[in-house]
Amino acid sequence: MKLFGSADAIIALILVAAMVLIGLINPAFWQLSNIFSLLKSNVVIGLMALGVLLVMISGGIDVSFTAFAVAGMYLVVRTMVALDYDGVILPFLAATLIGGLLGLINAGIIHKFNMIPLIVTLGTASVVRGLVLGFVGTSNVNINQMPDALIAFGRTDILTLERANGATFGLTAMIVIYVAAAIGIHLLLTRTMIGRSVYAYGADAEAAKRVGFNTGRTMIFVYCTAGALAGFAGLLHSSMIWLANPRDFVGLELDVIAAVVLGGASIFGGRGTVLGTVLGVFILVMIQNSLILMGIDTTWQRVVVGGMLIAAVAVTALRDRRAPV
Amino acid sequence: MASPPLIELRGISKRFGGVRALDDVTMSIDRAEIRCLAGENGSGKSTLIKIVSGVYQPDAGEIRIDGKPTGRLDPAASIAHGVQVIYQDLSLFPTLSVVENLFLNTFLREKRGTVDWRRGRTMAREVLERLDVKLDLDASVETLPAAGRQIVAIARAVLADARLIIMDEPTTALTGREVERMFRIVRDLQAQGIAVLFVSHKMREMLEISEALTVFRNGKKVEEGPISEFDERKITRAMTGRDLNTGHVEAPVIAAGTTPRLRLRDVSVGKQVHDVSLDIMPGEVVGLSGLIGAGRTSLVKAIFGLRRDVSGTMEIDGAPLAPASVSDAIKKGVAYVPEDRLSEGLFLSRSIRDNAISAAMDRYAPRLWLDSARTRSETEAMFNDMQISAPGTEAAVSTLSGGNQQRVVIGRWLMTGAKLLMLNGPTVGVDVGSKEQIHALIHGLTRDKGLAVIMISDDIPELVANCNRVLTMADGRLTGELSGGALTEDALETALAGATRKETA
Amino acid sequence: MSRTNTAETSGGSLKGSLLRAGGHTNVQLGVICLLILAVMTALRPQMFLSSYNFESMAFFMPELGILSVAMMIAMLTGGIDLSIIGVANLAGITAGTVFGYLAGEAGAGSLGVAPVILGVGLGLLIGVLAGLLNGLLISGLKITPILATLGTGQVFIGLCLVLTGGPAIVGFPPAWNWLGNGKIAAIPVPLVLFVVLCVALSLLLSRTSFGLRLKMIGTNPKAAIYTGIERGRMIMWSYMLTGGLAAMAGILLSARTNAAKSDYGASYLLQAVLIAVLGGTNPAGGKGNVLGVALAVISLTLLSSGFQMMRVSNHLIDFVWGAFLIAVIAINSFRGRKAR
Repeated sequence: MKLFGSADAIIALILVAAMVLIGLINPAFWQLSNIFSLLKSNVVIGLMALGVLLVMISGGIDVSFTAFAVAGMYLVVRTMVALDYDGVILPFLAATLIGGLLGLINAGIIHKFNMIPLIVTLGTASVVRGLVLGFVGTSNVNINQMPDALIAFGRTDILTLERANGATFGLTAMIVIYVAAAIGIHLLLTRTMIGRSVYAYGADAEAAKRVGFNTGRTMIFVYCTAGALAGFAGLLHSSMIWLANPRDFVGLELDVIAAVVLGGASIFGGRGTVLGTVLGVFILVMIQNSLILMGIDTTWQRVVVGGMLIAAVAVTALRDRRAPV
Repeated sequence: MASPPLIELRGISKRFGGVRALDDVTMSIDRAEIRCLAGENGSGKSTLIKIVSGVYQPDAGEIRIDGKPTGRLDPAASIAHGVQVIYQDLSLFPTLSVVENLFLNTFLREKRGTVDWRRGRTMAREVLERLDVKLDLDASVETLPAAGRQIVAIARAVLADARLIIMDEPTTALTGREVERMFRIVRDLQAQGIAVLFVSHKMREMLEISEALTVFRNGKKVEEGPISEFDERKITRAMTGRDLNTGHVEAPVIAAGTTPRLRLRDVSVGKQVHDVSLDIMPGEVVGLSGLIGAGRTSLVKAIFGLRRDVSGTMEIDGAPLAPASVSDAIKKGVAYVPEDRLSEGLFLSRSIRDNAISAAMDRYAPRLWLDSARTRSETEAMFNDMQISAPGTEAAVSTLSGGNQQRVVIGRWLMTGAKLLMLNGPTVGVDVGSKEQIHALIHGLTRDKGLAVIMISDDIPELVANCNRVLTMADGRLTGELSGGALTEDALETALAGATRKETA
Repeated sequence: MSRTNTAETSGGSLKGSLLRAGGHTNVQLGVICLLILAVMTALRPQMFLSSYNFESMAFFMPELGILSVAMMIAMLTGGIDLSIIGVANLAGITAGTVFGYLAGEAGAGSLGVAPVILGVGLGLLIGVLAGLLNGLLISGLKITPILATLGTGQVFIGLCLVLTGGPAIVGFPPAWNWLGNGKIAAIPVPLVLFVVLCVALSLLLSRTSFGLRLKMIGTNPKAAIYTGIERGRMIMWSYMLTGGLAAMAGILLSARTNAAKSDYGASYLLQAVLIAVLGGTNPAGGKGNVLGVALAVISLTLLSSGFQMMRVSNHLIDFVWGAFLIAVIAINSFRGRKAR
């Protein structure tokens, strides 16, 4: 198994080309502070994208993970506020667990009723968002109320540099978590049988059953991991922006799916790599964040993202096109 | 007997609802034996496969492996006993590499949690060497030709320590040369002590590869014995329970100067068909025979407007036929009954009426609005003409039997005013009784409506009994024509074998 | 199998035609509608049965109803259109922008009927063109509908942002607002439009070759090719129709609220998918009817109106809708299993 498949190489090439181009338009792109802030923006969307990657390799699509992220984040933060609890490890475990359990519901419905994942996750997303806003609350937990430990955790840098004017900027330590998660998912996908079962299921679910994969377990693995990553990413997001907003992440699912598709995963399943996804996320975040650097009005951001998504899927469609009839 | 047979079935019965799928079947397969299991669709072949592989549990009877009763056989137990089934669809993972397709099975069986790619690669290389074939281990399976995929499926079975490999219609997608190669591999397997059970309905292959033959009919074993005791006639009689219809079809009397229904001159289609010229007269039934890959299907698809890369001239009733699309071809009077009725021919969940009018919608809706009175009356007329057995024209096609479904597919073309009907495997998967009726219907159409028919079939007796003439094709060219007294099964067989030899050489 | 050649006896009966239109689901939905109506009436008779309540439902239901029917049409061929909200808002915003130019200093309120007709035409044209783009991507480039419309949806919303710069466009001509708030003989205009559209589309889908062809493509795309149905062209038409309907919904939305913004009605997207599926549409294609979708949208509107009466949090309605969808999936799955 080559680490750098040819599809990933193409994505990397596109990334490098885009970086060179943006750098030519505005050399400020290459300033370390900009690169650091780019990397920081990768973390949350990247963690979610890893989950979506799993779902896509299995041949499904998930639009519920943002709702799960909100559930993990908001439930945990509100509980911490209510109990006046200040800590890091337990809250993150709780958020991950909440996401994972919600993922289990997705897996159960999709596997039991053999229903299209898009429709099922639309339903669970609606249920979870409704429950959170209806029963838990609708108000933001802002910086004054946010548990200090979470804020402190979100502010951790692994590298702090000083600008000429004396102001400091740093590289967030959260990037380490992201990289670790990416490596973890990569190893799971390439080196374990449960990981390969995801590819097998996505390539041909019926054949996967016939050769003896426990496909129910595969579905549970896929959707629980995706949910757990989303729950974790949700809480991480709020600790990085010092705010827990129960209406957060609306519409983010489209960006994340776009990033995963940009990274070469196929919506038909059986195809996709962690490296490609990480690169896809980077391309998406970089272009979103660099529009201002390139002198383009930010109102164009969505047009650009949409256009990129269409271009990426058009290229994949041309690649996958088989002889007619 | 010195050693017990590899697998022994004793008095196996299986019912589904009121249908007796298997009725007191007893058979056994020895080690390193090549056996063929023949029978028409619905004769119980696939039920037997599923019982041996543990998917179904028999209602009565006993399975013994190595002389010992197996007790309840589930899929895992069956695999553990060394039984491997290669289904027609092969059950491979198209987006994964050859290596992975080969080792996943084995790692699963060993209940491994992690993937040792190096060991997997070694295993894959060894098994391919053992089969004496070369494949790019890192190619993804979807990029391989059908034969390559077949080899991967066989190699996977061998890797799983198979002692009995059951192959369901293994040669369907293969060309003559590829079939030869597969037979060579099967003989190698035999030399290594592995038994192979072929499930097939193709006579020539049965006679060529197997040592013994078992024939099923209506869930019962009706014949069994060494292959030397069989010839085609005997096999067919065993499978169908009737003697071959050796009668010939009277060739229609065609007045001199009649314009042919279809005239092809130097028609080439892509790389599959080269310089085909032929005339088909009104009322004629012309067979088109040849092996898979000979270009038969490409030729009819070109006539039906499904191919763009066509050169040469085509005429229908003297008017130029250069179909720009399928609907254009249909308008000009061409009709085509595709090979795979379920996936290409029918809208299963929809009614007989919707299926019937689907190809002639422009006739029933000249200005968008469907003339429902007319669709109803004409569908009913077709329903009665084709003698379809169903509660009514609003019944969903999925509720019909294979024979009735095929009548709907053929009947559809009565409603388009077709002049030329092309049938690809018209009676595959149709029960015997229906088969004769469908043939009679086709002859009725040619007689009464002057329809010209092209019939593609692998079923040699079907071609001989139903065609005025049969054209043979190989490598995209017409290689010969048999008609009148010269059209016999033996002659056609010889002509086809000649074509194969040329191809293999 | 016994010979039951009785073609003459079936076909014309009421039961037959009801079943053909997706009868079981529709009967179920009708019963659900009545049940909700009865329960809500029992709980809050004065409020629920008030003409005010029904009127307010009649004004805002058509937008969602039209979007859901549009979604159903996309699903008939086995596709989906995730760009409908973008299209709807783009239609409203484009019209609003044009009104702004035409009126200049005087404000859009000064415009008469003629510019509004132009605006409606322009809005619908935008919708049809957006649908054409979707159709081209899906049938020409063979991009899977989910991703194609996900991408174009982003582009359309993006264009809305570009046109408005972010904030809502406020102030439409009175004639435009009449479309969303006016009445014809005491019946709200949007409701009239919705009913007319439903009848027309119902006839289009069930009585014409167009509708039958779409369903055929959704049932079995391969067989459709072999019967000469021009799949690419039909898919093009179906997405153009979907786009036009989405634009219609956008026009009603901006007319009712007298405003247009890039993210108005964002929650309608998922609701439209849900209503389409609840209404008996098979997301895999081939099955769907206008009556079912209309019944589904009515029952859900009744439900959320009733919830509001009882002062239940608005958000719980989302929960109920999602739960409802999953319940329907489960029921259909069980029924499918039994049928087999």
